[in-house]
Amino acid sequence: MINPLAAIGRIFLHFLGVVGRIAMFTGVSVSHCFRPPWFPSLIGRQMLDIGYYSLPVVGLTALFTGMVLALQSYTGFARFSAEGAVATVVVLSVTRELGPVIAGLMVAGRIGASMAAEIGTMRVTEQIDALTTLSTNPFKYLVAPRLIAGLTMLPLLVVVADIIGVFGGYIVGVYKLGFNPAAYLKRTFDYLEFMDVFSGLVKAGAFGFLISLMGCYHGYNSEGGAQGVGRATTNAVVSASILILIFNYAITEIFFATR
Amino acid sequence: MNSVPKISIRGLKKHFGPKKVLDGLDLDVAVGESVVVIGGSGTGKSVLLKCILGLLEADDGSIKIDGQEVVGMSVNEREKVNRKFGMLFQSAALFDSLSVWENVAFGLIQGQKMPRKQAKEIAVQNLAQVGLTREVGELSPAELSGGMRKRVGLARAIATTPEIIFFDEPTTGLDPIMSDVIDKLIVKCVKELGATGVSITHDMKSARQIAHRIAMLHQGKIIWQGPVAEIDRDPNPYVDQFVHGRAEGPIQMQVRK
Repeated sequence: MINPLAAIGRIFLHFLGVVGRIAMFTGVSVSHCFRPPWFPSLIGRQMLDIGYYSLPVVGLTALFTGMVLALQSYTGFARFSAEGAVATVVVLSVTRELGPVIAGLMVAGRIGASMAAEIGTMRVTEQIDALTTLSTNPFKYLVAPRLIAGLTMLPLLVVVADIIGVFGGYIVGVYKLGFNPAAYLKRTFDYLEFMDVFSGLVKAGAFGFLISLMGCYHGYNSEGGAQGVGRATTNAVVSASILILIFNYAITEIFFATR
Repeated sequence: MNSVPKISIRGLKKHFGPKKVLDGLDLDVAVGESVVVIGGSGTGKSVLLKCILGLLEADDGSIKIDGQEVVGMSVNEREKVNRKFGMLFQSAALFDSLSVWENVAFGLIQGQKMPRKQAKEIAVQNLAQVGLTREVGELSPAELSGGMRKRVGLARAIATTPEIIFFDEPTTGLDPIMSDVIDKLIVKCVKELGATGVSITHDMKSARQIAHRIAMLHQGKIIWQGPVAEIDRDPNPYVDQFVHGRAEGPIQMQVRK
């Protein structure tokens, strides 16, 4: 009868251990973000990878999300003759919620995986140890540039995703559902507040940080050759995705209090 | 000989879970000396090097570099001490995102903040020392053979003119001729730099070439050490079994790690 309880205890202790390790990893990494020397060329390369090369994927998903949102909300609102609200619903949903979440999840798949795989391979081939012996701190050289790039580039990506998403809604609204273009645009911007966009961008920054953090953490701690790197990659994407959804709720809750 | 040893290890202990890897290890390495640590696979040779380098934290004991205690040292101080070190990794551990010459010049550019142009010239000289041309410097590490990677790794280890160089199984995975080439390069480079060398290997031919002194690691302790010439006359049954590579003897191969 003791065994199931012991198992629960073990899992709980393991969970606490992981949380503690991630917290310490985060602390060390963040402190290196604020202390010189910085590596501008490495930060630039990561920014290019996260910001620029993710544009097609994020743009495409945002476009179709905006489009389907217009279509679905029209179906719903038509049932109580509130079709006019489609434009407002699209812009609020995209800026507050779907833009950051969709961009976050896509980037988690793209960037989180590649970070974990790259740093994980460096770990198992002793390249991280080699960095240390060449008087270069791996946190400073590998982790800090990725955290800085994630934190800064995801909000920019989300601005683009917001615009494309709203544009997708506009296309469906005007060309398929027969809205007047000027009226649709007026409806879009009339009810949009600064806080809607701003809360979305705050989320984006947090998601970008989490994606880089999970990619680096799992890569840095990978062990056991190719299989270990594969495991690290999976863990990075899964944990980043879950954390994105949890933090999405938490941040929404905080902004909800202030409207 | 200098009175203060370059590296002085006393009672070093390190365990992973229930397994004691190093169990009160003592070893001194004098300035300019080349010590080769031999021992079977999984006896903790790599762990010993990683503890000295600070890549692993020792559980107990003392490691002194130039008389300065490094166990329990802060990260910043540790980085300063690490400038004295160079290391050739078993798999060379070249950075595949950088070209060969950038690898060699890495410690100069990142560690010593040297301008890239100047660092490149030094890198080319280092590559020449290990018998590689300037053209090789422009390649990426993925394009190199195993022997060439080792040479580049060696060039990178000596580029920062370290006082102490570690060699982690320098000849493992190389053909006999390339092993001989690497051994000779190691002897030459260490001599030219006047550096102190610590190597770990289980290749006895390589050990005989590189070492001034050989130390044998078994069950977490140094069980024998002495000049190279003595290794063949020593009656120690453990050493005898290892040197002659016999399956029968006091050393039982552990199947489980």
